[in-house]
Amino acid sequence: MNLPNILLWGFVATIVMSTIMDGSRGIGWSRMSLPFMLGTIFTPNYDRATPIGFVLYLLVGWFIALIYAMLFESIGRATWWLGGLLGVVHGAAFLVLFMPLLPGIHPRMASERTGPDPTHALEPPGFLALNYGSMTPAFTMLGHVVYGMILGGFYRLASGG
Amino acid sequence: VQVDIRCDPRPDFGRVLPRLRARGALGVWYEHEGRALVLRCDLPIALSADRADIGVQDTMRAGDRHYVSLIAATEEPAVLPPLGGHAEFRIQRSIDWWRRWADRCVYDGPYREAVLRSALTLKLMEYAPSGAVVAAPTTSLPEGLGGVRNWDYRYCWLRDSSLTLQALFDLGYRLEGEAFLSWLLHTTSMSLPELQVLYGVYGETRLKERTLDWLSGFANSRPVRTGNDAHGQLQLDIYGEVIDAVYAFTTRGGRLDRGTRRMLAGFGETVCRRWSEPDEGIWEPRGGRRHNTYSKAMCWVALDRLCRLNDEGHISAPTARYRQVQRDIHDAVESRGFSDEMDSYRCALGVDGVDAALLLLSRYGYADAASPRMRGTYARVRRDLGVDGLLYRYRGEDDGLPGAEGAFGICSFWAVSYLAQAGRHEEAAAAFEHVLSFANDVGLFAEEIDPRTGAALGNFPQAFTHVGLIDAALQLAHERGTQLRPGHERRSALTSARL
Repeated sequence: MNLPNILLWGFVATIVMSTIMDGSRGIGWSRMSLPFMLGTIFTPNYDRATPIGFVLYLLVGWFIALIYAMLFESIGRATWWLGGLLGVVHGAAFLVLFMPLLPGIHPRMASERTGPDPTHALEPPGFLALNYGSMTPAFTMLGHVVYGMILGGFYRLASGG
Repeated sequence: VQVDIRCDPRPDFGRVLPRLRARGALGVWYEHEGRALVLRCDLPIALSADRADIGVQDTMRAGDRHYVSLIAATEEPAVLPPLGGHAEFRIQRSIDWWRRWADRCVYDGPYREAVLRSALTLKLMEYAPSGAVVAAPTTSLPEGLGGVRNWDYRYCWLRDSSLTLQALFDLGYRLEGEAFLSWLLHTTSMSLPELQVLYGVYGETRLKERTLDWLSGFANSRPVRTGNDAHGQLQLDIYGEVIDAVYAFTTRGGRLDRGTRRMLAGFGETVCRRWSEPDEGIWEPRGGRRHNTYSKAMCWVALDRLCRLNDEGHISAPTARYRQVQRDIHDAVESRGFSDEMDSYRCALGVDGVDAALLLLSRYGYADAASPRMRGTYARVRRDLGVDGLLYRYRGEDDGLPGAEGAFGICSFWAVSYLAQAGRHEEAAAAFEHVLSFANDVGLFAEEIDPRTGAALGNFPQAFTHVGLIDAALQLAHERGTQLRPGHERRSALTSARL
């Protein structure tokens, strides 16, 4: 694996994905904030959650970029369209599998079934994170596809292939 | 008792008919442009057939306790505080916070309850992220029922700045006062070296007025407006009010940074250059410009405060030039702004008529409250603008708008301040108590008062009216020698002209 290369482009791809998803919030098309959701795992202080979560978000983005790099290495090629394709799979898994699981694993997220209590008060995302706005799945997919395209387009295989 | 709770959200000023979603234990939700509104209740919630309205109906008996919460979320997943005992805890925490805030009020003089209520009202109209204080939280509550005098007051007017700042400082709310001054200085730097009449809470300068023709308005008072075209008017008095606010800050120990000093110099130049121009004046009429006496006098105040700031070492200013312009202004006001026949200052140079803002000439130190000219002006204002112990701001003038309006709350309090300054304490106290009697059941005032019915008119509650109330009470207490809490002396208003 070309570690310096994937760390560089993993950082860039994470920032771009964050910009796309935060941009969708800024223009009122979604309320999904991954930094906020990540930060509230570690702090009950909602004001501090976003900056803490943003650091975690960068780390997670880097970590997932390593997985992308491993996939590129195992396939033996890294292209923008392959990265975009992986981004589609990544985004779909995130929305369809991970989001509905979140209330069960997030320590401060309310359950759709039982509602909020003093500890679990954060709105759950629901299927495809649609609770956070009808355009949330579209922007989430867009963010993941662009993330994958950046990694696929700019990552240089360790084998030089 | 039968309980009937309705929630009919109508975003975009009623243009959008919402589609609400019942999400079980999470409550009823409405999403609009990235904002979520959530209603939760521990009684059964029913959606209307078209899913546009929410209703809760139930019967409650003595001792029953139920909870309703309305949550707004913007840009982030909502946080849904639980109902029941946790809601009680949060309610109590809020009450405790407000009690602690109220305890910081250093005023222990007469009418403390009314003063404190006004301070609380100002605090509630402070936009916490920026420190701005809005004129009122509402738009288009009519100044005359069924009329067209319906304005958007959800902005910050510079004319309110000096008295607002002094009210906050004098009551012991230094943090709020400094936040407000900081907003004021940062905001006004957006339009240097000119000042705009009003700004948005973040300092927005474009506040274009538009009418919402699909709304019938309060008591069929059309049009309903958002934005306020007064932002494009010229009001020369605001230079005096802003610079006086800065001066008040320095008299309470504040220091000016380099940017503020440069800004003040720019304002001084603007005043010297423009004081002789006609302007719309403090009341923002839509009928055009004229040479308003109050505006001229406040230009004098602006230069006076700049000279004082220079003399006290806060700025370096061309005081010789400022004093020359002051003399020119003074000559203009005292010759053409005063009528011997009326025995009063005039509303505008060469125009016979009075304006309640003239009562502030002594408040800002342009004239001595006990001088014959101010005594005559007070008598004339009371005679021409008085109604049942209240005051209109002006009367019988074409302000470019059809219909009538009510008596003006703050003008009635200015009269109290004037009387107190003039040493007419008994009169001042009686006038103050009379105006106080028009407050609603929780001590709040709108912009205006219907003198026939006593009803509130105009946007509500109105910060300026409450600022006037505080100022009148403090003035009354000060002139009577009432002390604030130890260590909190009030800085008296400047009482004499200095030329």
